[in-house]
Amino acid sequence: MSIIVQNISKSYKTKKAVENVSFEVKKGEIFGLIGPDGAGKTTLFRILTTLLKANEGNASVLGFDVIKDYKSIRSSVGYMPGKFSLYQDLTVEENLTFFATLFGTSIEENYDLIKEIYIQIEPFKKRRAGALSGGMKQKLALCCALIHAPKVLFLDEPTTGVDPISRKEFWEMLKRLQQKGITILVSTPYMDEASLCDRIALIQNGLLLKIDSPENITKNYDKVIYDVSTKNRHKLIHDLKNYPSQYSVYTFGEYIHYIDKQMKFNLEELLQYLKDKNHTEIEIKTAIVTIEDVFMDL
Amino acid sequence: MKTIGFIIQKEFKQIFRDKNMLKLIFILPIIQLLILSNAATFDVKNIDIIFVDNDQSKASRELEQSFKSSNYFNVRSSFFSEKLAVEEMQKGNTDVIINIPNHFDRDLQKEDKISIAVTINAIDAATAGIENVYINQILNTYNKNILAQSKYFTENKEIAQNILVIPSFWYNKNLNYKIFMVPGILVLLVTMLTLFLSSMNIVKEKELGTLEQINVTPIKKYQFIIGKLFPFWILGLVILTVGLIISKVIFDVPMLGNMALIYLFTSVYLLLILGIGLFISNHSDTQQQAMFIAWFIMVIFILMSGLFTPIESMPKWAQNSTLINPIRYFVEVMRMVMLKGSGFLDILPQFIIISSYAFVMNALAVWSYKKSN
Repeated sequence: MSIIVQNISKSYKTKKAVENVSFEVKKGEIFGLIGPDGAGKTTLFRILTTLLKANEGNASVLGFDVIKDYKSIRSSVGYMPGKFSLYQDLTVEENLTFFATLFGTSIEENYDLIKEIYIQIEPFKKRRAGALSGGMKQKLALCCALIHAPKVLFLDEPTTGVDPISRKEFWEMLKRLQQKGITILVSTPYMDEASLCDRIALIQNGLLLKIDSPENITKNYDKVIYDVSTKNRHKLIHDLKNYPSQYSVYTFGEYIHYIDKQMKFNLEELLQYLKDKNHTEIEIKTAIVTIEDVFMDL
Repeated sequence: MKTIGFIIQKEFKQIFRDKNMLKLIFILPIIQLLILSNAATFDVKNIDIIFVDNDQSKASRELEQSFKSSNYFNVRSSFFSEKLAVEEMQKGNTDVIINIPNHFDRDLQKEDKISIAVTINAIDAATAGIENVYINQILNTYNKNILAQSKYFTENKEIAQNILVIPSFWYNKNLNYKIFMVPGILVLLVTMLTLFLSSMNIVKEKELGTLEQINVTPIKKYQFIIGKLFPFWILGLVILTVGLIISKVIFDVPMLGNMALIYLFTSVYLLLILGIGLFISNHSDTQQQAMFIAWFIMVIFILMSGLFTPIESMPKWAQNSTLINPIRYFVEVMRMVMLKGSGFLDILPQFIIISSYAFVMNALAVWSYKKSN
């Protein structure tokens, strides 16, 4: 096990940030913490990277206790905080050299590991980090987190505020790092990224709700979801919400996702109901369950 | 060592890259030194004075003339009514009114004794006190002249023996206030600059989030702190050097003592100031907070340093509280070494106090600096 978290609780003054959280991350796994803003993801990261002490519970990274062996953890993990936190007034190269030196290494020593990422920002190596675009900043931050060849990588919302193409590229990079044997703990508020992880933990209001592989999480979802669309979308939401046996109604892309309370749900009845409400161009079909649907139901 | 060297290098890069900051660091203190040294004067000059001459005699005009010939007074044309003169005082157009009574000349000849009314605007008590002294001096000289004249006329009269006082001002022969002020203002500038810069420095990393990134590295507390503060120590010494050159070249402040002594003292003194800066940094979350605390401390330090008001004239409790004011010792040492030519043994008490103070402050600061919370 690369990361072990046991019954961790942490509260700030009166607010509970995480409560009784436990999970384990296997070696060489990409483990995702999925949850909305304020769910407690960053708090968990800060505890695991020894920046914050938990009120209760134990945690260990690579077998090192986060309290007792914090020094060993600091030299063998890489951390990329959610907020860009490199020196904006130093150049790309200077930032990288600086962090390499802090870890007692050099760019050349671990160049293999960062090579693929670094060649993309190398043309701008004389540019100040503050003048980089969002995607490039994130690549630089990843390089800085990797420069000392860490065995575990902590990425706190690495793709927030990054364009879709850079996000895709970023995940491809993570997959390649995984092949090099690096364990990755990543958090994200984007549900579509969840399916790219090996296993995910759904977290909300400081509580871990579910831990499993993305496939199992969607496969084990016990309700049927319908994609519904009509011409008048706004009225549709309203009418569906007033349907007697509705369980849940929410927008999902171009469709409205509808879930019914009853196991024996009659599709024709809903169709007739919508027709009676003067809806036209009615379309109803079974939807493919996504992580987001599971999350909405939690 | 390599890590410390690298952090120092990084800090200097950042300082020199911020062109605006660089200007602030080097140009502002120089301007301040030039302006403050010339403006912050205790001399009272250009005193506006109005004569209400009810006598219009030879004696009254002589008195007026003796004020006119002094370069401290601007004598306004004589007023004939006291009421008008008081109105002028109300409007703030004059500082002093001297009212010469009727029959001034005659009574002076006849009775040897006469009183005149002097009214001084005392909104600023200190200035009024000084003005009073000036006026009395002129009146005394005038009195002496009259006595001399009357002696000439009535030789049989016994004249009290005059005692002639010739003051001799040591260490500042001409009572040039600049020589007194420049070393003090230089101390202020060096202190302010290093305190503000160091107190905002680590907070800045906190604000930007870079501190968090640094904290997850295996870097040691002492390496980081030394690396962060060393550049400001150098900067403080550079500012001191620039200031000393200006004092010598522009203000011609005497430098009697050994300059190495000043550098020795400053290098220890700066450690103390940097320690205070680090302490402020540790206890604030934003640069604004750090700035406010630094200002608050600085204002108290300045006002209780003995630079603008003599420590000897403060109430006892205030005098005692200046004992923890580092600026006080630095000002003392600067003046002692530069103006008096004191040696190491003379400044040893100050040196010991500042050294132990620096040690305690830095111990506190390092202890309160946490890599995690």
